[in-house]
Amino acid sequence: METFFETHRNSLIAIAVAIVAALSTMVVVPETEEAVIIQAGRPDRVANRFKPDVPYGETGAGIVMRIPFYERVERIDKRVLNVDMEPQTVLSTDQLRLNVDAYARYRIIDPVRMVQTAGTLATVDSQLSAVLSSVVRQELGRRSFASLLTAERGTTMANIRTKLDAQARKYGAQVIDVRIKRADLPDGSPLESAFRRMQSARKQEADTLRAQGLKNAQIIRAEAEAQAAKIYADAYGKDPEFYDFYRAMQSYDTTFAPDSKSGSSIILSPDNEYLKQFRGRR
Amino acid sequence: MDMNDGLGRVIGLAMAGKSPWGGGKKPEGEPEVPSTGDDPVQPGKPAADTPADDKPKRKGPRNPWLPVGDEPRRSASIEDIFKHRGPEGPRRTIGGGGGPGFRLPERPGGKSWFPLAIGAIVAVWLGFSMIHQVGPKEEGVVTTFGKYSRTLTPGLNVTFPWPIQNVDIEQVSEFRIEQIPEGTAQKLMLTGDQNLVDLSYIVRWSIKDLKQFRFELADPEATLRDVAEAAMRASVATKQLDDVLSGAGRADIEGSVLTRMQAILDAYQSGIAVQGVQIRKTDPPKEVEEAFKDVSAAQQDADAEINKAELYAQQVLARAQGDAASFDKIYAQYKLAPEVTRRRLYYETMERVLRNNDKTVIEAQGVTPYLPLQEVRKRPAQNEGAQ
Repeated sequence: METFFETHRNSLIAIAVAIVAALSTMVVVPETEEAVIIQAGRPDRVANRFKPDVPYGETGAGIVMRIPFYERVERIDKRVLNVDMEPQTVLSTDQLRLNVDAYARYRIIDPVRMVQTAGTLATVDSQLSAVLSSVVRQELGRRSFASLLTAERGTTMANIRTKLDAQARKYGAQVIDVRIKRADLPDGSPLESAFRRMQSARKQEADTLRAQGLKNAQIIRAEAEAQAAKIYADAYGKDPEFYDFYRAMQSYDTTFAPDSKSGSSIILSPDNEYLKQFRGRR
Repeated sequence: MDMNDGLGRVIGLAMAGKSPWGGGKKPEGEPEVPSTGDDPVQPGKPAADTPADDKPKRKGPRNPWLPVGDEPRRSASIEDIFKHRGPEGPRRTIGGGGGPGFRLPERPGGKSWFPLAIGAIVAVWLGFSMIHQVGPKEEGVVTTFGKYSRTLTPGLNVTFPWPIQNVDIEQVSEFRIEQIPEGTAQKLMLTGDQNLVDLSYIVRWSIKDLKQFRFELADPEATLRDVAEAAMRASVATKQLDDVLSGAGRADIEGSVLTRMQAILDAYQSGIAVQGVQIRKTDPPKEVEEAFKDVSAAQQDADAEINKAELYAQQVLARAQGDAASFDKIYAQYKLAPEVTRRRLYYETMERVLRNNDKTVIEAQGVTPYLPLQEVRKRPAQNEGAQ
């Protein structure tokens, strides 16, 4: 029996050659990439270049033809890419330190220039990262500590973006956004002193609260006593003379009470009012 | 299916050590070589060497690729070797392919299995890469040679097979949750009054435009986290510590973070919709926790102090009212008969007072009597003893 391969040897070889030829002439460029076709070392044309307002499917992605061996295809990420800065210590104008971590988002808009100046995205990334660090330090170093915290607002971030963008354009990149990701107090003494400050602020608050409590309590007592005095005055003021008698009776009761611990002896004179009947005078 | 059955049978037979395709199918003119023969016969080359002669040559491990038996391999020409390794040889079932002698097993009908095998592989490939089931919360992006073609909606969808079209199915409407920070580590943020707060939060998000989500950002999830972080710190930095710690301040922050995040993500054309931002906890840093606790303790102390004062005030007032009321009652009686009431009160009080006390009445006027001081002092002594 003849095998399949032996029977169709010529056609199989033809198919294989056709596939190899197709693969070496056709390059698939996905939506997420731009491709620079380099002709013998010289950039010749760009496939799927970034254009802001072209909808997907019409940007030129898909199959791109090239001449095998003579033309080389360099693929470049077309998406929004991230530059992460090494966290920087920024010294504010009032000599306080702040650890700042910022990021930038950029996109390659001129892939030919990028291929010519940087070659690879890694180069662009590392160079932009260095630029970002220095620009952030420069711009934020002009501000006071308090305004560093709200650096998102105002013109600072726009300034940083503009400066970084000017550098990025040299690599065919466009900076879309720069933002401060975090702004922290550096570890060690700045953080410790912030904690101490918070502690003392809270201690002050606690002590104030306690003192206020005591003050309010005192006021409440005084008010009650004043009100009581008014009640007494209103009641007893009706007849001060009777009050004097009535209160004296109460006072004797209390002073000579049977349960008073210091038992008392009373020496009475016969002239005493209580004993006036005792004598039988009247 | 019949092809699969056929293959299974072939493999089964091969494992059993038998020739799967039986006799009669062999190339003609060649003798059958048993696969497990003690003494294989090589045609045209009878076993001439005796085992004794052969022994010095084979001290090491036996080369498994040598023909079975003592016959040295090089004694046969290459053509011979191929020829004599008929379909029944061990290599047929183990070895795979290549070489002019390679032959596939035949189907019962006498045809080759090969087209059927290729057909099956192609069918599976087409099945998997052409028919796509998109679930209720999903969408799929179809790319034709990398170029965006269309978006698949839920249901059964048919596309061209890979590698012509590629389909990327993604959950879109389901809310995803991003927890920042991951884990329970302390994450300190600076507030507007330069205090620190330990804050953790959750961002819920979904995909609102799958094309953008797939094609615009190099790393959408990382971008989302970065943006959330930037927006959260920017919002917290505009607030005082006490506002951050309190409930109302939290709601403000959540709202402003959501707005900020959505604005930034839209500017990136990320295709992400932020559904919600929830602050899970806002605590003072653990280094100053004690001081914060002391504040609430102080508040409790102050409240306790005020409560005590209020109790005292109630007592004082109640006493005053009671005293005043009883005076009023007596006074009302007194008004009715002033002298008699006065007398009565006087005598009653004197009774109570004098009944319980030692009394000494000094009769003679102008004479200092002898006072029974021992008697007088006895009482206090007794009282002390009783104590």
